[in-house]
Amino acid sequence: MSTRQQIVITPNKTLGDSGRELWEYRDLFYFLAWRDFKVRYKQTAIGAAWAVIRPLLTMLVFTVIFGRIAKLPTEGEAPYAIMVFTAMLPWNFFSNTLSESANAVVNNSAMISKVYFPRIIVPTAPLLVNIVDFLISFVLLLALMAWYRFQPSIYILLMPLFLLLAAITALGLGYLISALNVKYRDFRYVIPFIVQIGLYISPVGFSSQVVPEQWRLWYSLNPMVGVIDGFRWIVIGDNSNIYWDGFLLSNAISLTLFLIGYRYFMHTERQFADSL
Amino acid sequence: MPTACNLHNYILMSTAIKVENLGKKYIIQHQHQQQSRYQYTSLAESLSRSFKNLGKNLLHPFRGDASFENTEEFWALKDINFEIKHGDRVGIIGRNGAGKSTLLKILSRITHPSTGKITINGRVSSLLEVGTGFHPELTGRENIFLNGAILGMRKQEIQRAFDEIVDFAEVEKFLDTPVKHYSSGMYVRLAFAVAAHLEPDILIVDEVLAVGDAQFQSKCLDKLKETSVEGKTVLFVSHNIAALRALCKNAILLDNGSLTGYEQLDTVASKYSALIEKKYRHNFKSLTTQRIEIKKIETLNYSNEELLNICSDLGFIIKLTYQVKEKGRIGFCICFSMDGQPAFISISNHDPAFYEIKNTGFYSTTCKIPDMLLNSGRYSISLTIFEENYANTTDFKDIMLITVEDSPIVRKDYFGGYVGMVRPKLEWSSIYLHG
Repeated sequence: MSTRQQIVITPNKTLGDSGRELWEYRDLFYFLAWRDFKVRYKQTAIGAAWAVIRPLLTMLVFTVIFGRIAKLPTEGEAPYAIMVFTAMLPWNFFSNTLSESANAVVNNSAMISKVYFPRIIVPTAPLLVNIVDFLISFVLLLALMAWYRFQPSIYILLMPLFLLLAAITALGLGYLISALNVKYRDFRYVIPFIVQIGLYISPVGFSSQVVPEQWRLWYSLNPMVGVIDGFRWIVIGDNSNIYWDGFLLSNAISLTLFLIGYRYFMHTERQFADSL
Repeated sequence: MPTACNLHNYILMSTAIKVENLGKKYIIQHQHQQQSRYQYTSLAESLSRSFKNLGKNLLHPFRGDASFENTEEFWALKDINFEIKHGDRVGIIGRNGAGKSTLLKILSRITHPSTGKITINGRVSSLLEVGTGFHPELTGRENIFLNGAILGMRKQEIQRAFDEIVDFAEVEKFLDTPVKHYSSGMYVRLAFAVAAHLEPDILIVDEVLAVGDAQFQSKCLDKLKETSVEGKTVLFVSHNIAALRALCKNAILLDNGSLTGYEQLDTVASKYSALIEKKYRHNFKSLTTQRIEIKKIETLNYSNEELLNICSDLGFIIKLTYQVKEKGRIGFCICFSMDGQPAFISISNHDPAFYEIKNTGFYSTTCKIPDMLLNSGRYSISLTIFEENYANTTDFKDIMLITVEDSPIVRKDYFGGYVGMVRPKLEWSSIYLHG
């Protein structure tokens, strides 16, 4: 009977093997993500085609406005459209994961107030769905490169690492806001705002080299600057305008945000059921 | 090497759940400015509150904690201690608001305690609601997997139990239909079926059996019984004493957040009804009309002893003790109602004394309620007093509440609900006619 797990519940914390528990619930990750994926395109006429059309249209608009009308410079030899699309991959992944993650606890309140499971699964599950969307977009990017006869740099093999970076950035904020959202529903309105403003203050439609040199370190306080510059670096290669000091600063901020978000979530999760 | 028998004994004797000094406190906020029906606060509100309090604390540093000015503590549970062994099946009884749900929520780790310590040995599954996490757009098949995963089942476990679940829920034909098109009965059956096939060491069940049709309810109970035969620990909350009796040996009685008993189910069940009855008896004030004053209303058994637990298979007597202050004819009409609907009335004109003229003095009148008449549940009793004739009446609404406990004699092996205000035991028989 030594395999029987023991849990000790006290007012301040619950002692148990939380690592093992998370492992035992690993299928829930998959099923929640799968539910979100299934439900996402229910009752839509063209279904998953939206995963293709949305980023393509945004890319088109940005290329026309920033590239053609505003005549902003591209990076290296890359066509403007590819430079924009390369940034949209992590940006869409980040913004969708963040929005879904931040609302996840409140949206699943019925479940949380009636069943126990490791709560962290709820704001983490959106990650899986958005990885699927990301992969679809990635195939689009490859197609776009073929269309422009553009050869990506060898660094593109580092893609998973940079995707992880985007994931950490999105989840850190997602954990923090999803927990805050339980108590203060104001954060429900903060998210669309962050996502909307973030699209313009992050170098999605333009290259971060348009930012004056003396401001670039400050600009890198936005963690998505590092993520996006990193993506451009792996696609465009050493001709891209990556600013390494800023990149490291962005990454440090992503990581700090993640730790803060995770700790805040774990600290407050026991009160969720009482406040929902 | 422990033998199988030793191991079995070990499982039976070891502690599954140990609860020490458990308490749960809620802070109730009284909002003066605005009546918000939402529990959550807006950031601005809470920022402004904390600034106000900061200001107050700075200005009056010795006034104590100002932030508790308009909050009130409420202990939903206090000083709860008990221990449940592996293989025990324990019922939890208590009035609404006694703390049953809070206790279950703490044991199943949905919410945390404010004081005390709980030690749980083994895997816990709790069933506080059926169909948690069901998504209306997904099909029955998909929801089985989703719901199973939410309840803590592994994918292989669900796959293994899949056919059994579908069979139990009787939804085979609609497996690939989105559950939003299901009837409520099908929905509940499917949801319970998933939960019933969980394989935890400890199963915590809230009153989920209150849903579904009677036949399915007894099927669920059978399934739960089967679970407990396998040596699993079951904690079961229900108002339905008959259902508890079918499943549990012992029970915990909660009242106002305190544990008032943890003994054999029958003992606890009668304590529980006594608790309810006492609560209502205390409310009685004398009823006065022009001619008489009712001093006392009692329920007695046939041997004239005070009876607190009324059971549908035992008759009882309602006794009115009154003082006649003015000479004349007095009559009564008693009305039993359930949920505000009259069930039946009875007039005392079968009592010869109804037609006699009573002198001033003290009297008592009794009314005998036969066995096998009432349904289980709560009846409210109203009294009408006739003076001289049927036209001159005074009504006293809801002067007494009685709770009729279930009778296994009428129920036999049926655990479902009984529709209706009465549940008379009728003669049934069958004969063979021809082949």
